[in-house]
Amino acid sequence: MQPQAPKRPLFERLLPYMQIAPLALLLCFFLLIPLVMIVTVSFWNYNGFQVVPDIVLFNYTEMLGSATIWRTLFSTILFTLTTLAVTAALGFAIAYHIAFYVRTPLMRTVLFMACTIPFLTSNIIRMISWVPFLGRQGLINSMLMDIGLIDQPLDFLLYSRFAICLVYVYLFTLFMVTPLYNAMSRIDRSVIEAAIDAGATPVQIMFWVVLPLCKTGFAIGAVFVITVVMGDFVTVRIMGGGHSATTGYLILNQISLLQYPAACANAVMLLVVVMSAIGGLLRGVDIRKAL
Amino acid sequence: MTMSNARAGWTRRKFLTTTGAGIAASTLAAPMVWSQNIKDIVLRTTSGGTAATNALAQKAKEDTGITIQYTALDTDSVNSRVATQPNSYELAGLEYFSIKKLYPTGVLQPIDTKRIKYYDDIVPLFKTGKLNADSMEAQGTAPHTVNFVEDFESTDFASGETEWMTLIPTSYNADTLGIRTDMIDRKITSWADIMDPEFKGKSALVNIPSIGIMDAAMILEAMGEITYGDKGNMTRAEIDKTIEFLIRAKRDRHFRALWQSFDESINLMTSGEVVIQSMWSPAVAAVRSQGIPCVYQALNEGYRAWGGGTGIARHVTGLQLDAVYEYFNWYLSGWAGAYLNREGYYSAVLKTSKDYMTENEWGFWMEGKPATAPIVSPEGVKMEDVGAVRDGGSFEDRMGNIACWNSVMDEDRYMVMKWAEFATA
Repeated sequence: MQPQAPKRPLFERLLPYMQIAPLALLLCFFLLIPLVMIVTVSFWNYNGFQVVPDIVLFNYTEMLGSATIWRTLFSTILFTLTTLAVTAALGFAIAYHIAFYVRTPLMRTVLFMACTIPFLTSNIIRMISWVPFLGRQGLINSMLMDIGLIDQPLDFLLYSRFAICLVYVYLFTLFMVTPLYNAMSRIDRSVIEAAIDAGATPVQIMFWVVLPLCKTGFAIGAVFVITVVMGDFVTVRIMGGGHSATTGYLILNQISLLQYPAACANAVMLLVVVMSAIGGLLRGVDIRKAL
Repeated sequence: MTMSNARAGWTRRKFLTTTGAGIAASTLAAPMVWSQNIKDIVLRTTSGGTAATNALAQKAKEDTGITIQYTALDTDSVNSRVATQPNSYELAGLEYFSIKKLYPTGVLQPIDTKRIKYYDDIVPLFKTGKLNADSMEAQGTAPHTVNFVEDFESTDFASGETEWMTLIPTSYNADTLGIRTDMIDRKITSWADIMDPEFKGKSALVNIPSIGIMDAAMILEAMGEITYGDKGNMTRAEIDKTIEFLIRAKRDRHFRALWQSFDESINLMTSGEVVIQSMWSPAVAAVRSQGIPCVYQALNEGYRAWGGGTGIARHVTGLQLDAVYEYFNWYLSGWAGAYLNREGYYSAVLKTSKDYMTENEWGFWMEGKPATAPIVSPEGVKMEDVGAVRDGGSFEDRMGNIACWNSVMDEDRYMVMKWAEFATA
């Protein structure tokens, strides 16, 4: 029969654990366990319609030896870099305008909300609505043909790499705008005034003051864009018309053909690539500053 | 028995959700079917989605009291679910080429033909592979080759007709190319025509390996590029050559797109992106119902056929199994068959379906005769005017002219891998 004293410290010692428990459990159930399963299954064997628990390496050897896989990974990375470049430029311009040119906070909020309006509907619907726009008999082609600029419809507009990149940019630019706007609104205006007082030109202010201070914004935006584009399969399928592939699309194909172990091996590879891209990015930029 | 009758109601509910309890319930309820009990039965059905599913389920409920609960998925997902979650369904709607791989996994139980009332009237295509005594056997996974097993326990296919069927045939059809007649000036007579340079960037193929490879084989053989030993069971060399050809055509941008779902093929056709492509019969009907002239063109080399059927999960026993047979007998008794025939598919027992169709409908859909009155779809949409004739003609003209069935090859895994190369090229 001890007095109550030791009991309270125990509870107090447990308190922080209890506080992180919900998040820890959530991550454990929805991140850690699925991840462990993916890695495990990637070593399993399969034939036709069955997946057989086993430890085999051929899912990996087959994958690493396949030209298709490497070509697909390469095109996935290309899509990601293109999207990253365009969304960063576009996102910066939009965020810059809202943060520095729009005077009243109300207008800023209104404009910012306007950016999010397309997100009120499903991204598949937003994607598909491009199809009648870009198609051979679509709005753009018929308009260009009506004004006599072209006499044959432009086929590259739809079911092409262009169409895929266009939709990526359309869907994911906001992911850049938001963190960039956030970073810009934290820039102390007196820093810019000081630069002006010190005789800096507008270009110098942009490159020596604003851009460096937006680094965290770019980094956070890039994390979103990289993960979303590298994992995408829907856009590629719908806008690519079967002419392009990404690793995500390849995984989808494998899953639908019941080649789960091969799909898992691909998922592991994709995970490694994405994690190292993000890891590399975060080594250079401390995003905690922006949180 | 009156005691157990009341108890059976309770156990049955449990056994709908748990297989273990199902076995217990079956020992109680197996010997007799009480019609009021069948009303409580729910049969969870995993199948590919077609427009027919909901209407059939509703009518089945009205006529038999059995609740058919559909989960509609695409072909590949159905296979995956049937193979990997055998307790998640009682009935599985499958294609015959899938059953070739699925049945040996042991997730399904065979169907006792003695309990199928209209067994003798099922179209012989599913039993002997021959429509009439003199018709030739087609290549590929012909349904009759995978429709029977030796006994209840066996998972090997029998070489001929036995008492145990793997699937009850539900619907089947002969597929060909769909064309936009208003955007093509010339006559299309051969599978090879899709590769005509005239259609560069205006053609499409289906991107489901087991079906796409067949369309490709029909095309290449018609072009004289390859003569296959058996289109439905290619050698590695044949697969390599086929895929190589496809990749070249794709890099050349001969195909506007590859489609994976039924709806995509409709959109490609209605939007005019594509004027000639792999297509399925109801998709052609859907395009036509929008007033766009689209024809399911009969071709010299014959059709690529497919057949679908319904199988029973291994775990189904007792009263639930009785309900399954009741449902099968209902399905083959005519109403459902007539519905499917009117959708442009064919039903397994033609004799009974005929009673549920008007003479005009039967003449148009089955005999290739000109319509004497407007042809209306089961949903009530007018499909054809007086005088219209079905593309490809009569049942015998179409099903008697099958070059190849959808297949699973011995080199399936290799083929799928090579197809992925094409799909991602």
